[in-house]
Order: sequence, then structure tokens, then C-alpha cells
Amino acid sequence: MRDSEPCVGTGEGGGGGDTPALDPAGGGVPALEVHDLTVSYLKRPVLYGVDLAVPPGKLVGIVGPNGAGKSTLVKSVMGLVPASGGWVKVFGRPTRENIARVGYVPQRESVDWDFPVNVMDVVLMGCYGRLGLVRRPGKAERERAMAALGKVGMEAYSRRQIANLSGGQQQRVFLARALAQECDLYLMDEPFAGVDAATEAAIVTLLGEMRDRGKTVLVVHHDLATAREYFDMLLLLNMRVVAFGDTQEVFTGELLQKTYGGRLTLLSEMADTIARQS
Amino acid sequence: MDRSTDPAPGRRRIGSAVAAVAAGVFLASAGEAHAERIGELVQTDPWEQVGRFFDLSDENTRGLRVAFAGALFFGAACGLLGSFIVVRRMALVGDAISHAVLPGVALGFLWGTDKDPVAILVGATAVGLLGALVVDWIQRTTRIKQDAALGIVLASFFAVGLCMIRMIQNGEGAANISGLKTYLFGDIGSLDRADVATMAVVVVATVSLVALLYRPLLAISFDRGFAASIGLPVRVLDGLFQHFLAFAIVVSLQAVGVVLVSALLITPAAAAYLLCDRMHKMLWVAVLIGMLSALLGVFFSFLGNNLPTGPFMVLGASAVFLLAYLFAPRHGRFTKWLRRRARRRKVRDENAMKAIYRILEREGRPEGGVGIAALAAERGMPEAAVLGELHGLGRRRHVELGDGEVSLTAEGLRRARKVVRNHRLWELYLTNEADYAPDHVHDDAEKIEHFLTELEVAELERQLDFPQTDPHGQPIPGLKSV
Repeated sequence: MRDSEPCVGTGEGGGGGDTPALDPAGGGVPALEVHDLTVSYLKRPVLYGVDLAVPPGKLVGIVGPNGAGKSTLVKSVMGLVPASGGWVKVFGRPTRENIARVGYVPQRESVDWDFPVNVMDVVLMGCYGRLGLVRRPGKAERERAMAALGKVGMEAYSRRQIANLSGGQQQRVFLARALAQECDLYLMDEPFAGVDAATEAAIVTLLGEMRDRGKTVLVVHHDLATAREYFDMLLLLNMRVVAFGDTQEVFTGELLQKTYGGRLTLLSEMADTIARQS
Repeated sequence: MDRSTDPAPGRRRIGSAVAAVAAGVFLASAGEAHAERIGELVQTDPWEQVGRFFDLSDENTRGLRVAFAGALFFGAACGLLGSFIVVRRMALVGDAISHAVLPGVALGFLWGTDKDPVAILVGATAVGLLGALVVDWIQRTTRIKQDAALGIVLASFFAVGLCMIRMIQNGEGAANISGLKTYLFGDIGSLDRADVATMAVVVVATVSLVALLYRPLLAISFDRGFAASIGLPVRVLDGLFQHFLAFAIVVSLQAVGVVLVSALLITPAAAAYLLCDRMHKMLWVAVLIGMLSALLGVFFSFLGNNLPTGPFMVLGASAVFLLAYLFAPRHGRFTKWLRRRARRRKVRDENAMKAIYRILEREGRPEGGVGIAALAAERGMPEAAVLGELHGLGRRRHVELGDGEVSLTAEGLRRARKVVRNHRLWELYLTNEADYAPDHVHDDAEKIEHFLTELEVAELERQLDFPQTDPHGQPIPGLKSV
């Protein structure tokens, strides 16, 4: 494992001819391109040689069993987890160079909701990237944050302490923060986890609207039953890409069996062996 | 993301900090009498001492003024940085750095022939950061988690420091010894102008850092992954923060001592955390509490002549924390208890008035007296208990007690109608809109009737299209009657 420097975005090997063919409908540069991405935790590989090219304007679900590396893939694309091989490009450029165009929505449980801030403080953080290190958010940023809160139906809560929110409201605040970033590509880690039915419906509507405005959204999702109706495209993941394509084509018994069935035990045993030997 | 699993929230550290205070008091009082205390005064009359403390023009208390300024400076720095430590659940990190710097302090003494605050600051900060790096390295290369890694580094660095101090004491240049010892338990009397000047520089730098980089620091404290995802230089910010943390710890060491300095970081900030709901307010309050605690330490140390400063500063901070724990406007235990008690009384009062109203309603009388016995039967309580409640209600002019009977005042009648109205509207709402069976809604309404706000009731009524009767066919009192 190469130390702190994530390999993503070094662009080595270039965007050459061995990348997967694009969906012709998407045209031009893919919103997200992942090539031969391999990621390890403490020398144990969790993702192997992931290849992916997501056309712009699509709503993509990432599904797979626990431990399949769904969150790791998202974090690795964002450069939060160092890759041990491969590269990632966002709209044709390394993530780091195009960071303003990618938004990340972490898992709700990843933060301490007793933190002393209110809803507005959190949503304003969506503007911090553009403001840079020292500039303060002004009227324009506040208006943008308020508009984002409006889109998730949380305008009335802007002064509410985040500790006093329900799980669904917390998730909406995270989405509002992402909307305030005004990105073209979003990666969301389990936005439906532990939210109420009303919030789930609101998020689905919101994701559809974002897609209709030309945004590309990748969503880590754990519920196969709803995956089929929520997403245009599905990425079936289990330590490697089992299948990626339009939902109707990919959502087949055979491919799901390959993703969730026990066929990949050999791969995970190999990973253990590699971890032991290094 | 590895930070999110950090154990030991700041508040839990308080207990051990208090234990450390007790130990510190014992150790310091068991030591030899110190010759050079603040102002080098020996006064027996405490009131005279208090007078001298506040008489800053007294030439003899120049040492006190130096201590005073120093306490304000490091109290502020500790409060400011401690706030971030508490909300980031890094309390153990502060403790570890404060112990790990000891070898650096010894090195600083060896380096300069005289006690040179800058040499000590550089040496101690360097070693403290080395300790932080070792912790990081252990975490990354093994499966050992942060708490254990901190424990290992804290103890081993501290042990090295103790050995080095002993070696310096055994060696030449023993003139430095007494100065070196103050770093273990802290003695604000040993501060000189150069020390305070160093503190001033550190405080100004710390305040500037936080003022300039407040938002990025807030973002990495709240959500590290997100902060990194928007391109904030998370590692650089973390490094900067740890540098300033080490500076603040090192300049406080001489006054507070290695063992207790982390309490001064954590306790004022933890008290501020209980008092404030917004980070920027918490920073201010923590700074004030930090300065207050440090001053209390100086004051009591001066008052008692031979008492050590560090433990009193920590005790001061702990006292403020205790006050915040009990009386914080929203999170205080006592304030919460008061609120709960007021709520219980409201429920009891309203139930009593409602019972009177229902008896009147059943008997078809708009107002008038109700027998105590009938009321007791209605509420299923002994008469004595009912009477006790009614006396309270009488004092608040909600009922009038007559001979063996009770009647509602105008205000009491209004309150009773309001509760009944809430109750029946809620029952109707549950039955009509939420598909509850009519025999399932009473218990729920019994609870919520006391807490519905006027806005909520108006909305209920609108949604139900201004109904006249509840699911059991009883009339719902109108808005005008309440």
C-alpha cells in the first residue's frame, strides 16, 4: 500500500483505448471513469480491478452484499481512501483537479450529531469548498443554503440544533449540504439507511429531479427490492464489478445470484491469503 | 474515517481529571516547602492577603502580576483549543501530548545553559509531535486502535522524561533542578517575564489561527470525510492544529504541571459544551472559563501561601464544570429536573380541572360546585390526595374550595375546556385520519392533551373541518370558550 498519497487522479496510463466503451446516448466525456482500481485495507484487498464508465445524466445504484466494497469504492473515487492501483477520472480529469464538480454525501452515522452546530451551519459547509480556507460565507451563500434546504423540505428547520433532528431529517440536511455545493456528479453513501418512508420518497423524487437537470448521481443502496425502480443503471459489486448497465439488463436472477450468491468465496479467501503473507 | 471511531468522549475524562486533582494535591503537599512563592510573602491573615491580591500597585506583588498575566494567557489558549478537542473526542490525545512532551522539556534544559523558554518550547513541541506521529504510525501499521496506542506512547515517553530529569539532577549544573521539577506538578510562581512573553506569543498565534481558519477547522471537526471531499487540506489542518495544541500545552506546563494540564484543556471546554449549542459561542465561553479557572488557581495559591497552583486551577475548572452540569440552561441536571417537575405539576393540575369539568358536563350543569368525594371517585384517588391537589390549585386561583365541595374559577374553567378540547380533537384525529379504533385512542390523548401547542390544535381543527363532537359523541369545546 502506497502511503498517504492516493493514486487516484495521477492519470498514469492516460485515458487510453482500453477503457470500456461509452453508452452512446451519454456522448462525450464520461461523468465518472474508473480504471483497474484496486483498494486494500491493512494489505487485505477489498476491491479488485474495478473498471467503470458512467455516462452523464444517469441515476446509478451501487448494490452488493455487506463487505462488497460499495462504500470503499465511493471513498476511493473521492480520494478519501488510498488506492493501491488504478486511476479515477471525473469529467475527464483526476478527482483532485475537478473537486468542485463532485459532491460526496457520507453515511449519516459517520458524524457526531451532538456536535454544537445548527442545520444552517451544516448546510453552509457545502459552500466551504468554493469559499476557500479563509473567506466567510455571505448573503449569497446563505441564500443558496436556504434554497437547498427548501429543496429537501427543511426550510423551517434552519435554526434547529442538529441534535434535535430525526434520522430522516439528518439525512435531508446532508443532502441539502450536497445541493449547496452545486456539483455535476454526486456520490452518496447509503442515503436511504434508517430513514422514514416519507423521507425515502422525498429523496427519490429529489434524485430524479437532479438527474433531469443533467446531474449524475451514484447511490450506494442496500435494498434490492427498491433498487430496480429507483435507478436508471445498476452497478452490481462484490469486491469486483459483477455487472454494470441499464437496470433492466442487469437486474437478472443470474447476475444477482453471482453478486449475492456464495460464488465469490474463492476471491475472498485469496484476499485473506494475500493479507497473511504480507 | 478512522477518527470517527475514536473512543472516550471528552465528558468521560472529567472523572479521571478530578481523581488526578486529588492525587496532585496529595503529592504536592507531601513535597518539601517551596521557598519562592508568588510575591515571596508570608502572610497569615487571609483578608490581608485578599487585599494584596487585588492591590496590583503593590511593588511586593510584582511576581503576582506576572502570574496573573500568565494565567490569563494560557487559560485562554487551553479553552480555545480544548473546545476542538472536546467536540472531536480527542481528549486522550491532549493527555498523551502533555505527558509525551516531558523528554522535550528535559532536552530544552540540557540545550540552554540557563532556563530558556524558547529552547524548552521548541524541544517539548518537537517531542510532543513525535509522540503524535508514533501514535499515528502504530495505528496505521497494526490493528491496535487509537486509545491503546495513546496509552503506550503516553507512558513510555513520560517514563523517558522522568529518567532524563533524574539524570540531569545527578549530573552537573544542578542549578536548573528546581526549575525542572516545576514541570511535573506546576508552579506559577516560577514564571518569569520571558515565560509570560512566550505565552503571549503563543496565545496571539492561537487566536489568529482559530479566527482565520475557523470554518475549515469546524468542517474537519464535524465531518472529516466531507471536509476532505471538498478539497480542504485535512492533513495540513490537522498538523497545524496539533502544533498549536503542543504549543499551548508546553507553555501551560510550567504553571499547571504535566499531570494536570490536560484537565485544563478538557474541563473548561466540556463545561462550555454543556452551556452552548453553537461552536463559536462555545469557543468564547471556554476561553472565559479557562481564564477564570487559571485565575482561581492563582488566587487560592496566593491565599494559602504554600499551596500549589496547578491543582487549584483544575479544581476551579472542575467547580465551573459542576455548576454547568447542574445549572446549564438546557442540559443541566437541575434545570432538567425543574422542567420535569413543572411538567408533572401541570399534568396533575390539568387532570384535576378536567375531572371537575367532566362531572359538571355529565350532570348537565355549566358551572357550580362538585363534591370532593365525587371528584375523588372520578379520579380514582383517595380524598386526602385530591384535597392536597386542590389546595395547590386554589393558591393558583384555578379553583375555589367550599364546604366539602369545589368549583372552577373562570380561569380554571377555561383551562379545563382547553384540555378537554385538545383531548377530544386528538382522539378524533387518531380515529379519522390515522385509522385507530375508537377504543384505542383515549390513552394516547391522555398524554398529548397537555402538550399540544395552540398552532397544532388550530391545524388539527382545520384538518378535521371544525368538528363538534369526538368519536364517543361528546361535544368538543369551541375555540371561543377557551
